[in-house]
Amino acid sequence: MDTVVSRAGLWLALLLLAFAGAALAHDGGFAVHMGIVAFAALVGLWWTVGSADYAGIAQGILRTPTDPSRYDDDPVRWGMIATVFWAVIGLVAGLLIALQLAYPLLNLEPWFNFGRLRPLHTSGVIFAFGGNVLIATSFYVVQRTCRARLAFPGLARFVFWGYQMFIVLAASGYLLGVTQSREYAEPEWYVDLWLTIVWVAYLVVFVGTLARRAEPHIYVANWFYLSFILTIAMLHIVNNLAVPVSIVGSQSYPVFAGVQDALTQWWYGHNAVAFFLTVPFLAMMYYFVPKQAERPIYSYRLSILHFWSIIFLYIWAGPHHLLYTALPDWAQTLGVVFSIMLWMPSWGGMINGLMTLNGAWDKVRTDPIIRLMVMALAFYGMATFEGPMLSIKAVNSLSHYTDWTVGHVHAGALGWNGMISFAAVYYLVPRLWQRERLYSLRWVNWHFWLATVGIVFYAAAMWVAGVMQGLMWREYGPDGYLVNSFVETVVALHPLYLLRAVGGSLYLIGALFMVANVWLTILGKQRVEAPMNEAAHDPAADRPIVAVPAE
Amino acid sequence: MSEHSTYDMLRHIADSWGLLAMVIVFLVLIAWPFRPGAHDHNDNAANVIFKDENDGD
Repeated sequence: MDTVVSRAGLWLALLLLAFAGAALAHDGGFAVHMGIVAFAALVGLWWTVGSADYAGIAQGILRTPTDPSRYDDDPVRWGMIATVFWAVIGLVAGLLIALQLAYPLLNLEPWFNFGRLRPLHTSGVIFAFGGNVLIATSFYVVQRTCRARLAFPGLARFVFWGYQMFIVLAASGYLLGVTQSREYAEPEWYVDLWLTIVWVAYLVVFVGTLARRAEPHIYVANWFYLSFILTIAMLHIVNNLAVPVSIVGSQSYPVFAGVQDALTQWWYGHNAVAFFLTVPFLAMMYYFVPKQAERPIYSYRLSILHFWSIIFLYIWAGPHHLLYTALPDWAQTLGVVFSIMLWMPSWGGMINGLMTLNGAWDKVRTDPIIRLMVMALAFYGMATFEGPMLSIKAVNSLSHYTDWTVGHVHAGALGWNGMISFAAVYYLVPRLWQRERLYSLRWVNWHFWLATVGIVFYAAAMWVAGVMQGLMWREYGPDGYLVNSFVETVVALHPLYLLRAVGGSLYLIGALFMVANVWLTILGKQRVEAPMNEAAHDPAADRPIVAVPAE
Repeated sequence: MSEHSTYDMLRHIADSWGLLAMVIVFLVLIAWPFRPGAHDHNDNAANVIFKDENDGD
């Protein structure tokens, strides 16, 4: 009873604080955000003091197994649902802005124009979809590899809900025009502070679980997860150092200015790619690929080499985003050199993942989840080759600011991050809900092919668009004037933008297959379907040779 | 010490002893799993994930 009262008191205090914030707000965006916080506090209060067994009702809706495993899997289950949900939101936003580029008519002012929807798309897929799958899988993997329950179960739940709160505040802020205009770090100061709190709680839960492990060795996947949590904390705090204009307003000014500001931003931006979109997804690779292939990682030593090389090299690659700018030449060259050096550990890691299938390559034919993983690794290899190539100054002078960059990012994000995450979702959902198998393995196959064909459409269209755009921008006539006006390049790009939208639609349809598959698996249904592999059996031939007596 | 010389001092530390120290730390870390006698340890570590086949249910 005491805990109920004190918890209700906390919710009430938060509710009043948010209410006061909304009433005193300096601007509309801040008022709306405080309104959202107040609403969340109200729901929390209701949950705490309500007489109904809300937890029981939620367990019924989510079909939580009545016989729980000895691991704490509730936050992982919620994380799976959140992953699938945010994937759809992020992809729909992406398709919408792709269509907006092709048909400017679709820019619905002011809330749904390209400028506001674009960060919704990028944050939606990176932080909402990616972040949820990373938090959920890290909680799953750290428990299994340490053979210990999550430390601080209450804090783990706070991490899940606090992170969703961060997503909602960030996403609604973008639509309202609340942004600090730093790419991949658009949320304003108070949302940044909130994320810092959530992230530190995440670190505490993760390290606490490592500390109570029953297994002496810390499996390499956890190294990758831990470096992700630590580095993202550092990047997030440094890049978001800002002074708010008002304590009850949504505006702030960064402490850095000029080229220092640009370098800080791209030190952050590139390491968001490194330590959010690469390192923890490699953690997923190091756990789920061996588990699904049922054989240990090809070389454990190579995985350690992979880890330290990535850690030591990636952090210096940021300046390659600022080639031919006011950044000192030596810093630009440093970024290029480290980017090129990164190629080796990246491919070392890819080879390590692929070679795990040595002796089990037949699974690519029979197991669509392995197929997703192999395609993810292939795209990882492709994107980590393309990245160093694009960072070379001569190539960058053609590719920078063009759609080639967009194509590169999507080969990595759709191919590598998306595919490996889908594989992890398909691996986890039957296990977390204690189902015998997925609703349909053939639907996974559908998802695989829709996604693959979608990426091919997307990346190929953007490569052509990017190179064409770059060449058109730099084309001089004999009289020394530029041949093309900007709008001429835009007209030339139109058909390729349509192709890109086709690719995005295919990828989205694939994701909808996943939504249905996950949903029906949770409900405990199984599709009646032919298995993916069936060795032909000929009963007539299946008999011993009978000796025929000589005549 | 003027601001310029602070910068100067730091960058010279960074591109001499700092760089050397980082390279040495890096080389030791990547060489460590290849030390003689680590084979069994690596093998066991790679198989940790299969110890708990049914995920503890």
